[in-house]
Parts: sequence; C-alpha cells; structure tokens
Amino acid sequence: MAAPAFEPGRQSDLLVKLNRLLERCLRNSKCIDTESLCVVAGEKVWQIRVDLHLLNHDGNIIDAASIAAIVALCHFRRPDVSVQGDEVTLYTPEERDPVPLSIHHMPICVSFAFFQQGTYLLVDPNEREERVMDGLLVIAMNKHREICTIQSSGGIMLLKDQVLRCSKIAGVKVAEITELIQKALENDQKVRKEGGKFGFAESIANQRITAFKMEKAPVDTSDVGEKAEEIIAEAEPPSEVSVSNPVLWTPGTAQIGEGIENSWGDLEDSEKEDEDEGGSDEAIILDNVKMDTGVDISNIGSQDAPIVLSDSEEEEMIILEPDKSPKKIRTQTIGVKQEKAASKKPMKKRKKKRAVN
Amino acid sequence: MAGLDLLSDQGYRVDGRRAGELRKIQARMGVFAQADGSAYIEQGNTKALAVVYGPHEIRGSRARALPDRALVNCQYSSATFSTGERKRRPHGDRKSCEMGLQLRQTFEAAILTQLHPRSQIDIYVQVLQADGGTYAACVNAATLAVLDAGIPMRDFVCACSAGFVDGTALADLSHVEEAAGGPQLALALLPASGQIALLEMDARLHEDHLERVLEAAARAARDVHTLLDHVVRQHVCEASLLLGD
Repeated sequence: MAAPAFEPGRQSDLLVKLNRLLERCLRNSKCIDTESLCVVAGEKVWQIRVDLHLLNHDGNIIDAASIAAIVALCHFRRPDVSVQGDEVTLYTPEERDPVPLSIHHMPICVSFAFFQQGTYLLVDPNEREERVMDGLLVIAMNKHREICTIQSSGGIMLLKDQVLRCSKIAGVKVAEITELIQKALENDQKVRKEGGKFGFAESIANQRITAFKMEKAPVDTSDVGEKAEEIIAEAEPPSEVSVSNPVLWTPGTAQIGEGIENSWGDLEDSEKEDEDEGGSDEAIILDNVKMDTGVDISNIGSQDAPIVLSDSEEEEMIILEPDKSPKKIRTQTIGVKQEKAASKKPMKKRKKKRAVN
Repeated sequence: MAGLDLLSDQGYRVDGRRAGELRKIQARMGVFAQADGSAYIEQGNTKALAVVYGPHEIRGSRARALPDRALVNCQYSSATFSTGERKRRPHGDRKSCEMGLQLRQTFEAAILTQLHPRSQIDIYVQVLQADGGTYAACVNAATLAVLDAGIPMRDFVCACSAGFVDGTALADLSHVEEAAGGPQLALALLPASGQIALLEMDARLHEDHLERVLEAAARAARDVHTLLDHVVRQHVCEASLLLGD
C-alpha cells in the first residue's frame, strides 16, 4: 500500500531488516520495564505487541517507524490489575483508569545516507535520495545521548570518524524529536481531559501530517532567450541524412532505410545470430518467391522495385521448392513466430552449404 | 546479573582473559573437497563452518543477473544443537535472514564483483557451537573460504565483537558476557585501509564511550587479521608442497 514498488504478501529483505532493527532498538535497549508487566510470577504476564502499518513511503521509513512505535508505546494504557494472594482481578477501563506502561527512555532512530563512497552525507533521506544512495547508517539514540543501536547497511565502507560525527548529529536530532513527542503527548492528554476531539481523523484535517504538497522550485528564466541563441549559434548543423529508396515487401508493407542498431542490451550471442540470419533469409525468400526461381542475389539488384537490403555476406543460393512458395507468403503476414519457423528451414540448408564449401 | 563480575578488580574477565585479549583462534582451510572453497574456524568455543561455491552461473531466475557484477548470495544457519537449549528453526527465521543479509552486504563490498559479471557466488555459513561472537566467527570463516575458493577480494574481512563494562572496553565477548545484557558491538573491518564494512551495535552505550569501544573492536579485528594471514600462508605452503612446486 505504501509505494508502487512494494508487493503484497512477500517478506522482502527490507521487511526483515526493518523488523530486526526495530526489535533490537526497542527490545534489546530495554526501553520498557518488562518486569512491571508481570502479574503473577511464573504464571501470568502481560504481552505487548506493536503492529506497524506503513501508509505512504516517501523515504526513511526506519525513522518514521521507530518514532511511531515508541510514541504508541508511550501513549498506550493497559487495564489495571490487582493481585490478592491467589486471586487476580482485572478491572475494565470503566471501573478503574487504565495504567500506562513504564518506559525508561525513548530510543529514536536517525538515518544517514552516504553518497559517492562517503563523500556526501545526508540526514533523513527522502525517497529519491534513497534510491540513489550508496549505503545507509542508522543510529538509534535516546535523549540522554545513549546509543541504543547502530546499524550500517548497503555495503558502504565507513571510517571511524564518520561514525562518530554521525552520532553527534544524531544526538542533536533526537533531542529535537523527543521534545516534539513530549509536546504532542501532553497535548493529547489535555484534549482528552477537556473532552475535545482527538485521534487520527482530526490530525489529517489539520493538514499537518499527511498532506502532500510539492513546493515550487524557483527557476531563473531571465536570460533564456539569449542562452538559447548562443547554443544554436555554436552548434553544428545536423549532418546530411541519406535517404534510401523504399523497399516494397508486399503490397501494403514498405521499408525505408534499415533503422538504427538494436540497443536492447546483450542478448545471447546465438540468439542474435539466429535473428540476423533469419532476417536476411526472409529477404531472400521473398525475392525468390517473386521470381519463382532460384536466383542469384546480384541479379536482383538490377531490378527497380524490390531492393534487397541484406547485410549477409553469403553468396550462396537458396533453392526453394516451388510448391512451398505460396505457403511462405502466407506465413509472413500471419505472425512473427511462424516467420521464424519458416526461416529456420533455409538456415539449415545454408549451413549444409557452408560445410560443403 | 547479581554475583557475576564480568570484570574483576584485578582486571580479569570471567574466563580469565584481560580486557583486550582475544580467545584462542584455530582455523583450517580446504576442509571439503566438493566445494570450491571451505574453511572452519574455532574462536574459543564458538565453532563456525563456511563453504563457498562460485563464481558460477546464476541458478533460478536469470532475471536476477547483474550485467556488470557478480551476485553474492549468503545463507546463515545455526545448528539446532549449537546453543544451550535446542533451537527449533535452524534457518529461515528472521534472525538468520538478517545475518544472511548482513554477511551478504559485507562480502559484496569486499569481493571484486566486477570481475565476474552475470554470475553468482554462494556463501553458506553454519554455526556448530555458539558461544558468543557468532557474527564475527562467521565473517572470519567466510573470508577464509572465499580465499580458499580463489575469488579475488579487496582485502581480508576481519570481524570481532566488543563490549563495555565498568568503563573498560572488552574485546571478543563470550556468551556469558553477551547474555549479561551490556552493550555489544560487532565490527567487520578491512585491516589495510581501516574501512568498516559492517557496524552493528545493541543495547545502551553512552555516546562518549563509543570511540573507545570502536577502537577496541578495531584493534581486535587487526589481531584476528594477523592470525588469519598466518593460517592462509601456512595453507598455501602445505598445498604447494603437496603439488610438488
């Protein structure tokens, strides 16, 4: 749901990393006093579970997730419980006010993105920056400047002083964020007491959290006209393009020129060979069909209408049985696959001829 | 933990080591004939086995092939009998996935993947006995295995864990020290340039102490490098003797 690149239902690498990072950040740092969750020693205990749903991914989900998790834990109230001897009484929220969790400290993650082998460092990368970064360093700290977790990922090479510098920056950021969180929690408590409206829907309406605004970037267009003229004056005139004669394949299908080279990347060598040979074979087949005899290629060149544009260096002839020719015409107009199947046959013949020579 | 001093007044740890001392390391290369490269390492009581296959053609989906680099694939598995209590899931659980990802990240940075485009290098690591410092042992074993397979790397990748107790940084933590809940740092280093390939830390550590702990881990990793270097040279000597060069 959060971004077009995320597939539903797959436990991807990112999920594992995020999960483990948050687990370590929240569990191993002992931010919650787990002993206070015990009801009856050895028998009954409260289990706390944090479920995180990512709604919109605009970069740096680690930081956002850690803030959300710790604020949720701070905000949470559990039902009150009293133990008298062997009797355990669980009070509903109406009977007794729910009790908050006892939280020692608030670990907050700060992410640093590295670019160009550590030359550039960006705090809190957004989605575009994340896509092109070399690697990421996540430091989780609390406001007492205790580091709860450090995790470097992405295969970057760090130097010790870079790590130390990042930890200092993280300290500053964490202090700001913790203040923000405290204010928000107090605000929420106040509003609840006064009986006002609170909750997720309220915060959306205020346009403060999930509004999507793209800021207009100012572009200097003062001397665009002059710059354009300069560029045109300095540029060379376009080179002459030689226009080749059109080649008529069948009524209704013509070809002008040969087009540029196929730039679809490295296909398997044998595949490419196949295609080349197949292509040139098609030209030969058609011409033979038109002439209705096995003809030498050089003869065809003297005719005006069909020009063979074949870069094949073979000068062998391909003799086709005359009764097969009508079938060949039809296959060419039907589909690519069948064309290839048809061309495979003459290819085999050609190979035999090579062996003979 | 009450009653257990991780660092005594005289500066001795629970197993009698000093603060910056490593455990005894023994390593062997070329333990399996079938694999392209293999190695076995013992760091104190932690035993890890690493096996490398590659570079070979990409198995599975060809779409994953990278046109200019080799793909590094790591799998971490810790045996069910490796810990005190029997582990239910040797691999496939989240912790093993994470370890696999971290190993992969470490070795992708260290192996010269540009030399083998569109191929795959598999690194399998198995922990036979876990007594603290499993990540470090895995990385060290994997380095030796990659060297045994003849895959070119930028430098050795040496890893060590470090902790912090009573104002002193400890190097190469054992299970007892890890379980005590203090801060633990795992560091993978390329010794020649001092570049950090992977840095991971758990539990609370004050920012001011970070430098000391990093320094202790880096020093320990360099010591590991000296040892591994010696092991590799010895192995090459033995192998060349057998080949009759």
